[in-house]
Amino acid sequence: MTKLDHLRNRDAVLRMSESEAEERAAVVDPDDERMIINMGPQHPSTHGVLRVTLELQGETVLRSKPIIGYLHTGMEKTAEDLTFLQGPTNVTRMDYASPLFNELTFSLAVEALLEIELPDRSTWIRMLMCELNRMSSHLLFLATNGMDLGAVGMMIYGWREREEILRFFEKVTGLRMNHNYIRPGGVAADLHDGWRQDVQSILEILPERLEQFDVLMTGQPIWRQRTQGIGVITTDEALALGATGPILRSTGYAWDLRRDMPYLAYDQVEFDIVVGTYGDTFDRYAIRLNEIRESMRIVEQCVELMPEGPYRVEDRKVTPPPRARIDESMEALIHHFKIFTEGFKVPPGEVYTAVESPRGELGCYLVSDGGAKPQRMHIRAPSFANLQTLPHMMHGGLLADAVAVISSIDPIMGEVDR
Amino acid sequence: MSDSPPPVDDTTETVEKLYDVAVTDSKGQTVLHPCRDSYHDLIQLLVEEGYEVCVDLCGADYLGNATRMLPMTIEPERFELVVNLLDVHAPRRLRIRVQVPESDLVVRTISDVHPSAEAMERETNDMFGVCFEGHPDPTPILLPDGWKGHPLRKDFAMGRIPVQFKAVEGR
Repeated sequence: MTKLDHLRNRDAVLRMSESEAEERAAVVDPDDERMIINMGPQHPSTHGVLRVTLELQGETVLRSKPIIGYLHTGMEKTAEDLTFLQGPTNVTRMDYASPLFNELTFSLAVEALLEIELPDRSTWIRMLMCELNRMSSHLLFLATNGMDLGAVGMMIYGWREREEILRFFEKVTGLRMNHNYIRPGGVAADLHDGWRQDVQSILEILPERLEQFDVLMTGQPIWRQRTQGIGVITTDEALALGATGPILRSTGYAWDLRRDMPYLAYDQVEFDIVVGTYGDTFDRYAIRLNEIRESMRIVEQCVELMPEGPYRVEDRKVTPPPRARIDESMEALIHHFKIFTEGFKVPPGEVYTAVESPRGELGCYLVSDGGAKPQRMHIRAPSFANLQTLPHMMHGGLLADAVAVISSIDPIMGEVDR
Repeated sequence: MSDSPPPVDDTTETVEKLYDVAVTDSKGQTVLHPCRDSYHDLIQLLVEEGYEVCVDLCGADYLGNATRMLPMTIEPERFELVVNLLDVHAPRRLRIRVQVPESDLVVRTISDVHPSAEAMERETNDMFGVCFEGHPDPTPILLPDGWKGHPLRKDFAMGRIPVQFKAVEGR
């Protein structure tokens, strides 16, 4: 266990309660140059409400501890009070930058318990939407990462490109965020007429814009000096700390659930896994930038290979009747009413499903007792696990680099705190 | 008669075992059911078997749920600790469910084996009140300091307690 000893001996985590930290901060000892300060929760670089307690010696960060929970709203408890059909409305609010992935992992878990097979078209629609969502999420990262490090113009460019994708989402799902589009049994609605042109126009705009980002940031000496060699983490450390997604891949370890444990139809599309070399902030930035390009490849294939057919499962137990039937059939109206008031029953059992979200492994542990509501719903949030790498990345670095490191983890506090 | 079906065995004989622990299959996923005392050693053993990553650790409250399926040798308790392990080399997954009795909510921490479990164990402590023996930092993580009760327990009703603020006296 030598690789873990290294992690332990580093003494990077400030393990003490809040009151203890307050006491320590109050004691003035002229020989002790260490100082405990708080960063956040209202700091612009903390992506919401992350607070980090830092132990500093001069400008150097010694130990630190991320303090979370400011956005805790008991969503796992709420899930126990919602039916399986209502569930996606709840989970979609967790990782609000990539809501479709939350809906997907929850829906996959419900479908695993129901043991239903989905029509091909719904699977491919899910894949198309998720890859577009991955692009919009990474664009948001590029925007905030740029702003955190002083490339303020990037903030506007990143949001502008993301807007193109959100506009498409609005056409398909009716909403720009929190879509409740992917539901147990398929998706809420079929793609609209002319969706191919809409996707094509996004795919046409983006490559040129991504090249502009390369000019603005990737090749720029100031950007490189602020990110290269900052916040380094090794593969063993990342695995031991449960880090997944771009953080694990930045260390050079090619792990992506889409390839290694395929779900949906990812085994039928071609794409490359982007990996880094040094595990530093620059690698994590470059991985996300290039993952947008890989997602575009997948989206292109989705447009090309999109099968025809129903967009949700034909099983009437889980699927409400078509809208047209409700006008002509009393039974269909009753059926519709019952599905949306009582929900459908899910056989007892427990299951864990995982998908590769833009931040890493997003899992859903679902327990059903045979009723219409889950008995326990737990979301394995990638940001929650990834935040544990923060003290190790910041240890020994400068305070100014702490901002770069926090930004490169790309935490979404909504899913950290749930 | 030679072709008669074999007599139904003793219950202990029919329980399938993997790594010397009762194993079940849940929708194609392998689930191990160790007892609480052997849980830590099993996690340690599984690291050597390749399950190097602890992706998830959470609790579950089975109060009022009579539909749970467990191997016959396992005594059902109110609380369960659920650990999801991942072998990134194979790749394969394994789930571990440990029964934790309500009267003695103490489990040995696995954060010495999997540092990733540290925050997850703190969360489970917040939500279910399960104590992790030997945990390096047993402080609240998602709930505010001094919060009373464990929200994800089944007998913790929604909206039962008004929202607690630090400035309010007698919280």
